[in-house]
Amino acid sequence: MSNDALRATFFAECEELIESLTEGLDAIAQGDRDKETINAIFRAVHSIKGAAGAFGFNDLVAFAHRYETVLDLIRADKLDISAEILRLITRSSDALAELVELTRDTGSASLDPVQDLINDLESHAEAVKAEEPPEPDFVFAPLSVIQIDDPSPTPSGFVIRFQPTAAFYTNGHEPARYFAALAALGTLSVACDTSAIPPLTDIDIDENYLRWTLTLSGDTDADAVKAVFAFAEGLCTLDVSPLADAQEPDTSPEPTDPPASLFGIPLDLPPSGPATAPAITEPTTSPAVPNAAATPAQSAAKAPVKTATTLRIDPDRVDRLINTVGELIINHAVISQKLAACGINNDSEIMAALDDYRYLAREIQEGVMSIRAQPVKSLFQRMGRVVREAGEATAKPVNFISEGESTEIDKTILERLADPLTHMLRNSVDHGIESAEKRQQAGKPAIGSVRLTAAHRSGHVVIEVADDGAGLNRERILAKAIEKGLVPADAKLSEPEIDALLFAPGFSTADSVTNLSGRGVGMDVVKTTITSLGGKVGITSVPGKGSTFTISLPLTLAVLDGMVIGVGSETMVLPLSSVVETVRPSRSDIHEIGPGECVLSVRGTFLPVVDLCQLFGLRPVRAAAADRSYVILDASDTSVAIAVDAIWDQRQVVIKSLEGNYGTVTGIAAATILGDGKIALIIDSEALVGLVAPRRTSRPLVELEA
Amino acid sequence: MSEKETTESARTIEFVSLTAGGQGFCIEITLIREIRRWSQVTALPFAEDSVLGVMNLRGAVIPIVDLAARLGLGATEIGARNIVVVTAIGSKIVGLVVDSVSEILSVNVETIRPNPTLRRDGTGNHVVGLLPVDDVMLRVLDLETLFAKGTEEAA
Repeated sequence: MSNDALRATFFAECEELIESLTEGLDAIAQGDRDKETINAIFRAVHSIKGAAGAFGFNDLVAFAHRYETVLDLIRADKLDISAEILRLITRSSDALAELVELTRDTGSASLDPVQDLINDLESHAEAVKAEEPPEPDFVFAPLSVIQIDDPSPTPSGFVIRFQPTAAFYTNGHEPARYFAALAALGTLSVACDTSAIPPLTDIDIDENYLRWTLTLSGDTDADAVKAVFAFAEGLCTLDVSPLADAQEPDTSPEPTDPPASLFGIPLDLPPSGPATAPAITEPTTSPAVPNAAATPAQSAAKAPVKTATTLRIDPDRVDRLINTVGELIINHAVISQKLAACGINNDSEIMAALDDYRYLAREIQEGVMSIRAQPVKSLFQRMGRVVREAGEATAKPVNFISEGESTEIDKTILERLADPLTHMLRNSVDHGIESAEKRQQAGKPAIGSVRLTAAHRSGHVVIEVADDGAGLNRERILAKAIEKGLVPADAKLSEPEIDALLFAPGFSTADSVTNLSGRGVGMDVVKTTITSLGGKVGITSVPGKGSTFTISLPLTLAVLDGMVIGVGSETMVLPLSSVVETVRPSRSDIHEIGPGECVLSVRGTFLPVVDLCQLFGLRPVRAAAADRSYVILDASDTSVAIAVDAIWDQRQVVIKSLEGNYGTVTGIAAATILGDGKIALIIDSEALVGLVAPRRTSRPLVELEA
Repeated sequence: MSEKETTESARTIEFVSLTAGGQGFCIEITLIREIRRWSQVTALPFAEDSVLGVMNLRGAVIPIVDLAARLGLGATEIGARNIVVVTAIGSKIVGLVVDSVSEILSVNVETIRPNPTLRRDGTGNHVVGLLPVDDVMLRVLDLETLFAKGTEEAA
């Protein structure tokens, strides 16, 4: 493996570690004080530090080390998790994530921006050390556990309770070897508890039902005994206690075994296999089954949360696969078109077989798409950082709540969502949430909250950014829009129309430009990005209660629901998401208002007519506008009527980029391949509307409703 | 001995010779992906005249350019006899429509004459050299220069 590949692995691992770090911190923030949670975050930071050291990322190591020191103190119960400490470790986790990103992108990271944080971390670590001058007392106080394990001065031996898990056997361990190793330490007697063995009919041959109680007498210490079991760690429940304590049942995880169910096996005999023989010799012990079930359950509850195993795949490979599957679907269309041309009946066997082919192809397609799909979790965690930073920068305490983190969305969409979401969240904190005083005056909790949620809704992913702030100030938005010349002074706009002004280019309500937002390049960029991903943005806002931004996105960028139309001699595809309706108007509904300019009246509204043939400079096949069909398209809040020569079909098309080999074409979003192998261009409805109504933003939307 | 061979092969370049707009050209063989017959293309709106449209090349959408028109030699009269030379220009795959493709030439670098008409005004010249073969003169095309401007325009 080359160094580069190793580095890539390191950073991928860092990402995962930071994810589990954030997860742990979230749990702690919600009041979880479980030892395992704290251990998990300590381990995450420690692993980053260790690996970073191996790569010589010294700054990363330096920061992780200080962070780790504080976490270690928390782990050792020397430092309580107060609100202040929680804030410190959360901020440190954000900083660590940023340092990792910086190191990944630039090869090194400067500690200057986090110097304050380092000082804080150090001062907390120092404070704890200073607090405890009588070190021995404190250090050894919590170690009573070890005293039990410690050998008594005149060791008479140990009682070892040993219960392997099923995994112990599947990993190839053999209890007899362990017992032999123990026997080397002293005199060993072995007793096997078979009480947990269920009746033969209920036996799961992979499960372990045996427990051993081993008595080791001789001059040895607990560490040596434990060392024997070192390789079985995590694969068994092990309890080692000095012989004297052995009779006390409280150290044992279970009530002392009834003597009746114990029977000794001489050491020189290999212990019998996990299940069979004892079950037959002791058939009366079956009632102990619940006991056996309880033990693994107990150990499972204590075990750390199982981390999901993941597969790291080069995204290019998946993309190639997606392309090939796209070909497969096109190929299906080709075959069915060819068969239809041969005059084969739709209900013939071959057509039925072809239908199966289509279902299978669709299934493969969905499967491949789901490889690309990723949970929004990592993005949301990053957004949590954004909100905390924004809260700090504006001195507004903000709670970040995220929901639906497991919602999956195409990786490409996910990556391109980061910028718009960052912007929206900053806006929410900066403009949405009021200052603590104002909030208290309004009778709201002093700490504002920003909620980021994701959910699947009818073939789309819906992401919401909601704040509980003051809501949109519509008067100010309108005044600002008039001031900036975006709408005429006498315009009468409805509330949704005013809200939509937020997305107009060059619009910004902030009176002063803050560090965070207010440069006026905000929401329109958000909208453009979302639109380019095939999505939509909407706002709802209740004065005094807060605002909610809703982003609706397609699940994937690889296919699109389209309407296949004929334009001149060409075939084109309109994205179905922007099609409102199709009409075949009578001649009297089309009014010529200038040379080559028409409007179409639909239910009392006049829509500009776009002749695609003319616009794209294609050879027209029909001259008369009247017997053409019209597709009413709604994009960028503007409706236009598109004159087309034919409407062929409505179907899913595979999107093929034009940019790779050619470049962008105005009015064209991409291309697709039709059943006959020909290419059809996919129309970019937003750009198309922009082409025919380029100054739409300076014109109030109400004009359309005259 | 083997050293001499490698230096020898390093000095040899293989070209594909073709005609477009009635003139002889050659393109380095390493830039050519495949050569295929003309098939109907899908017209692109707002494209310059030399861009005839896009074609489906086993699932990839590639632009088809009339090489003669691109070189300013007038539009090729497109028919079934035309040949599409699929080339890799930088990271892009572009199909060039030519009149005919003739042969593969193994040429010693030293036999390529510099183009004496190289402009000094900074604009790239797409004919980087002249190659006399038998009694004809082939122009060595630099496709990157030829398409550098056009693709930016289109983008």
